[in-house]
Amino acid sequence: MSSKEKRFWSGNIALAEGALAAGVDFYAGYPITPSSEIMEHMARELPKRGGVFLQAEDEIASIFMLIGASWADAKPMTATSGPGFSLMQEGLGIAVMTETPLLVVDVMRVGPGTGQASKAAQGDLLQARWGRHGDQIIPVFAPSSAQDCFDLAIFAVNTAEKLRTPVILLSDELLAHTWEAVEVLKEVERAERRRPAGKEPPFGSEDPRLPPPMPRLGEGHAVLVTGSTHDPWGFRYTSDPEVHRALVHRLWEKIWLNKEELARFEAVDLEEAEVGIVAYGSVARSALAARKILSGKVRVGILILKTLWPLPEEPIRELARAAKIILVPEMNLGQLVWDVERIAGGSAKVVPFSKVGGGVPIYPEELAQKVLEVWG
Amino acid sequence: MKGHPLHKYFRALPTAFCPGCGNGLVAGAILRALEKAGTDFQKTVFVSGIGCAAWIPSPHFLADSLHVAHGRAIPTALGVKLRRPELTVIVVGGDGDLAGIGGNHLLHAARRNADLLVVMVNNLVYAMTGGQVGPTTPKDLPTPTTPYGNPERPLDVARVVAAAGANYVARWTTAHLGELEKALVKALKKEGFRFVEVVSQCPARVGGRLAMTPVEAMRWLRARAKVVGQAGPEDLEVGEFANRENPGLLQALKGVGRG
Repeated sequence: MSSKEKRFWSGNIALAEGALAAGVDFYAGYPITPSSEIMEHMARELPKRGGVFLQAEDEIASIFMLIGASWADAKPMTATSGPGFSLMQEGLGIAVMTETPLLVVDVMRVGPGTGQASKAAQGDLLQARWGRHGDQIIPVFAPSSAQDCFDLAIFAVNTAEKLRTPVILLSDELLAHTWEAVEVLKEVERAERRRPAGKEPPFGSEDPRLPPPMPRLGEGHAVLVTGSTHDPWGFRYTSDPEVHRALVHRLWEKIWLNKEELARFEAVDLEEAEVGIVAYGSVARSALAARKILSGKVRVGILILKTLWPLPEEPIRELARAAKIILVPEMNLGQLVWDVERIAGGSAKVVPFSKVGGGVPIYPEELAQKVLEVWG
Repeated sequence: MKGHPLHKYFRALPTAFCPGCGNGLVAGAILRALEKAGTDFQKTVFVSGIGCAAWIPSPHFLADSLHVAHGRAIPTALGVKLRRPELTVIVVGGDGDLAGIGGNHLLHAARRNADLLVVMVNNLVYAMTGGQVGPTTPKDLPTPTTPYGNPERPLDVARVVAAAGANYVARWTTAHLGELEKALVKALKKEGFRFVEVVSQCPARVGGRLAMTPVEAMRWLRARAKVVGQAGPEDLEVGEFANRENPGLLQALKGVGRG
C-alpha cells in the first residue's frame, strides 16, 4: 500500500481537503465568488465528520464565530474574497490580540470595491499584511498550484496551532478554479496548541518564540480573554504604556522570531541566474513556463514565494547577488516589488511587471518578452 | 463586600461603574438568577463586546469570559455554543452594542433561535463614549450628537427580537429587580434564543442632562412602566413579549448530514 494517493481537484477543493486533513472541524462563512466552492465542500463534509458548519449572516459574524469556536477548542477556518476579507479585518485584529488560532483564506479577485467578482487578481497582498489597525503581524502564505493549496492549508492550520495565531492563506481565482493532480499523503502532521500545565498565565510567555498556553473554556480556568491591552492574566490596562509595549512586542516577536520555520519557497537556479523572477500565486506558473521559452537565450532564475509574510529574505538576497536584473510580475500595480527592491539593496536592478483587470493572466510569452526587453 | 452572598462570583472589585449606575443591579440579578436556576458557574461562559454593560462580566465575574469587539459578542458566543453545546453561554451588552452596531447579528441569532441568553442593558445612549444618541434614544432627547434633540424614532428592540423568532423575550427595568430575576431564571431554563432587556438609569450621561438623581430615575422607570397589554403609547412597556417552546438551533442542526 502506498502512503500517497492521487486526486484530481480544483485549487478550492484541494484547499478545503488540506484543511480537513489538518483537523479543521469548524467552518463559518458567507458565500462570495470565487471562494464559494470551499464553503460548499465544507458544508458537505463537516457534518459527516462530526464537525460544525454554519453559514453566517455576514463575514464579520463568520470570523467572530471562529474566534468563539477556537476558544471552545475547535480548529476553525473560513474562506472569502476581497470584499469579505475587508470586513474580516476587524476580527483578525481581535484574533491577533487574543492569540486565537484560526485560518482565513482569501481567494483574491479584482478590486477595489466590488471590482470584478469572478476574475483573478493579486491586489490583497498588502491588505493581508497591514489590513488591521495597530502594530501586528499575521503569517501569510500563498499557493501556486492545487498541490500547494492542499499542502499549505495543512501548514497554515498547523502554524495557527503552534504559534497560537490567526493565519492567512492568499489564493487567487485562477488557482481556485484550475483542476490539477494532487498527491495526498494518507497521514499528515496535526499540530495541537499548547495547554496550560497547572496555573500558567494564558497571555504571558518567558520564551518570546513560544506562545502562551491556551486554556479550554468550561474547565474551571475562569479565563479572562479581551481584545484590549492586557497583562499575562488577561486583566485590561487601558492606559499603562509598559503593559501595552510588552504585549505588542511579544505578539510581534512570537511570529517574527519564527520566520525561518515559516519560510516556504521554491528556488530554481538562483545562483546561475542572469535575470531573476520573483513570483507568487498563479503568476509563478507563468514564470516557470517563461523560463522554458527563454532556454538558450537568457539564464533565468526563479524564486517562487509561498510565504509572503514574514518574507523569506535570504533567497531574495541570493538571487540579487547572482542576477543583474530581477523582474517581479504581479497581478496588481506592484505590491511585492517594494520589498524585493528593499531586500535586493541595490545588488540587482528590480523591475515591476504589472497587469490588472479581467482576470487575464500574465502569459508566459509576454513575461518572456519582458525578460528579453529588460535584459536588452 | 467580603460578607456579601455574591462576593464569591467576583474576580475584580470594586467595579469600574459610575456611582448610581444600574449595571451593579443587573450584575446582581444575573448572578442570583444563575444560583436559582442551578446553573454551574464553572460551565458558564460570558461574552461581551464594547460598552459600559460589556464590563459587567469582564473583568468582574470569576468565570470564563470573552470580551471582544463592539457589536460582535453574539457571533462569538454562538461560535462557543456550537462547539461546546454543554456550556451555558450568556451575552451581556448595551443597546448600542447589541441593537446598533451588532443589530444584524441580534436579528439573525433570534431568527436561528440560537441557544444563547442575551441580556441587553438599555441605558438609552452610547454612554461610554459620552452619551451620544443611539438606536433606543427617545425622540427629542438632546445628546452630544443631537444637540437640538433626537429627530429619530427609537427601536423597540424586544418586540423586534420577538418578531424575529426568539423563544423568550422579556423587558424589565432596574426598578423591577424581582421580575427581572424571575425572567432570567425562566430564560436560563429554556433552549433557543432568549433575550432579556433591562432599561437602566445612566446618571452620568442621561440623568445629568435631565437633572435626575439615580433614585429619581428609578422612580421614573417604576412609574412609567406598564405591563404588556396595559401600556399606552407614552408608557414603557414591560413584561414578556415571547415565551415559546420551538426547537433551538442546536436541535435543528442535530442529524444534519447524518442520514
